[in-house]
Amino acid sequence: MSDETLLSIENLYIELRLDGASYSAVKDVSFSIRRGETFGLVGESGCGKSVTALAIIGLLKPPLGLGGGRILFDGEDLATVSSARMRSLRGDRIAMVFQEPMTALNPLSPVGRQIAEMFVLHKGATWHEAERLAVKALGSVRVPAPERRARDYPHQLSGGMRQRVMIAIALACDPDLLLADEPTTALDVTVQAEILELIRDLSSERGTAVMMISHDLGLIANMCSRVGVMYAGRLVEQQDASSIFRRPQHPYTKGLIASLPLLGARAKYGRRALQEISGVVPSVVDFPRGCRFNPRCSLSTNICVEGDPEASPLDNGGFVRCHHHG
Amino acid sequence: MADAVSSCILKVEDLKVEFPLGGGVFGNRRIVHAVNGVDLELRSGECLGLVGESGCGKSTVALSIMGLQSPTGGRIILDGQDIAAPGIDRRERARVAQIVFQDPYSSLNPRQTVRKTLEAPLRLHGIKARSEIDDRIAEVLARVGLRPEQGRRYPHEFSGGQRQRVGIARALILKPKIIVLDEPVSALDVSIRAQIINLLLEMKDSLGLAYVMISHDLGVVEHMSDRVAVMYLGRIVETADWETIFTRPRHPYTRALIAAIPDPFGTGIGAKIPGEVPNPIDPPAGCSFHPRCPHAIDICRQPPTPDLEEIDGGHFVRCRRARDFV
Repeated sequence: MSDETLLSIENLYIELRLDGASYSAVKDVSFSIRRGETFGLVGESGCGKSVTALAIIGLLKPPLGLGGGRILFDGEDLATVSSARMRSLRGDRIAMVFQEPMTALNPLSPVGRQIAEMFVLHKGATWHEAERLAVKALGSVRVPAPERRARDYPHQLSGGMRQRVMIAIALACDPDLLLADEPTTALDVTVQAEILELIRDLSSERGTAVMMISHDLGLIANMCSRVGVMYAGRLVEQQDASSIFRRPQHPYTKGLIASLPLLGARAKYGRRALQEISGVVPSVVDFPRGCRFNPRCSLSTNICVEGDPEASPLDNGGFVRCHHHG
Repeated sequence: MADAVSSCILKVEDLKVEFPLGGGVFGNRRIVHAVNGVDLELRSGECLGLVGESGCGKSTVALSIMGLQSPTGGRIILDGQDIAAPGIDRRERARVAQIVFQDPYSSLNPRQTVRKTLEAPLRLHGIKARSEIDDRIAEVLARVGLRPEQGRRYPHEFSGGQRQRVGIARALILKPKIIVLDEPVSALDVSIRAQIINLLLEMKDSLGLAYVMISHDLGVVEHMSDRVAVMYLGRIVETADWETIFTRPRHPYTRALIAAIPDPFGTGIGAKIPGEVPNPIDPPAGCSFHPRCPHAIDICRQPPTPDLEEIDGGHFVRCRRARDFV
């Protein structure tokens, strides 16, 4: 990992436009990812983590749209580039792995051909040459018997194998940035462990920066060097992964960690009642005023309802967005 | 625990569920052994955690206990009654055992109010007096943390967590002794899970309920279970009290499952096992785990399948080498 910034998101706004009204699905989110770094984004469904990834790779579709901010990728603002330029970057320098490999792959095309397409489109290879490279790519994601597997259709592969194919497609052109959106949520735990190891090994071998998205705080803390926590469209906290479990700062992060039955906790400390976070996750059309966590927060006071908290810097380079911090 | 044997309220004996596959154009009719000789005992007031990866047969076991899947062999004895005995009234079984499904969105009738959903079983079971029905519904709603007037609402008017509370109320309304929990929190938002886990544990103590809980989330299983059974390819491979399973597991598969959970405080992902769950149409000969087992030796590849052996008081392991791993 170098100190050079690869991706810098500055004051990103993403809007949901419904029936003439506009809602901020993502509000004033800023973070950066260094070359070769693994950065994690955690949050529950609807918090805006996936749409942030879609904004980076230029795949936001109505009713969602960019509402402002800059997405600086290697110095170029992706928020303003032409769609032709975005198409040439996508797949070549920025790639994405989705949660559900069955729906993300083309069911009518052999997987080898779907990988080969990347070399034809981005590297100008002939189909013959590309098919050979595809077999090599399948081997690199540890698919056994890659020559034979390349001729298989997605339905002939298991979930874990399909996700390996997705990773092979994503990494085919050696991108600088890999966006992995819940890449293992649909998989069994032993397969998940293998896929995570694969992503970790390949990204460190090739120096690929990874933005890992998950609702699983344990997985993110384990895989990433830095972690951002999103709640209701806001980045409420950002810290080193090694600190987030030990010294969470935002009441939401603290609550989330105390509410999880962590493996090994009962054997160590006996069974303790899990701490509950009251209320429900708000939907984008009725995100609360002020601090968006205030209706569920035990520390909430008037100031939390009235004003949006600013980001307060932490000693370790992170920040927290809470009126009651410090 | 002295009367543990006498207070057994559910006994599953050598349960087998087989599904025929295909008509067999070439006469090669094949059979999937989804559940292949499972023995279980549930004592009253106890939570038995049933874990394993997709396709291991854990949900089929649950459906069989509920009488929703006919076994092709073995017996299920619920509160002293064989559920398959001729002339047995299904309603009697319904008064003993109920189930809470994983997905609170699809397991409730969207066109019925909550009250209607709760009223139907009472009427079926001969409770016709309006005042008694009102009382029972108010009581059960209060029990799961819902207000009485919420009974007039339809499922879509509730959040995911509340809907799971309705699912629990539906299971409780006939005052059963056993509740089968099929992945009770995995469809819920992470910040909501603690509410439901705490509710289930509190109900278990105050109502003396026994649970068979299916989950792939080992953190939840460790937190909630008194005893744990680990399944692999239709068979139980290890069973013991929760502490033994989580601190001194013997079967290599149990060890791999635990090691596969990302440890937020650690740096590595732990010892992994290669490959995926084999196709149950063609289970491997001998120990069915041998192709993925890091400790497999020749004897493990030879039929027959190893027996579930008691290696310590109440600790059963299906592994030829169990005594080598201390």
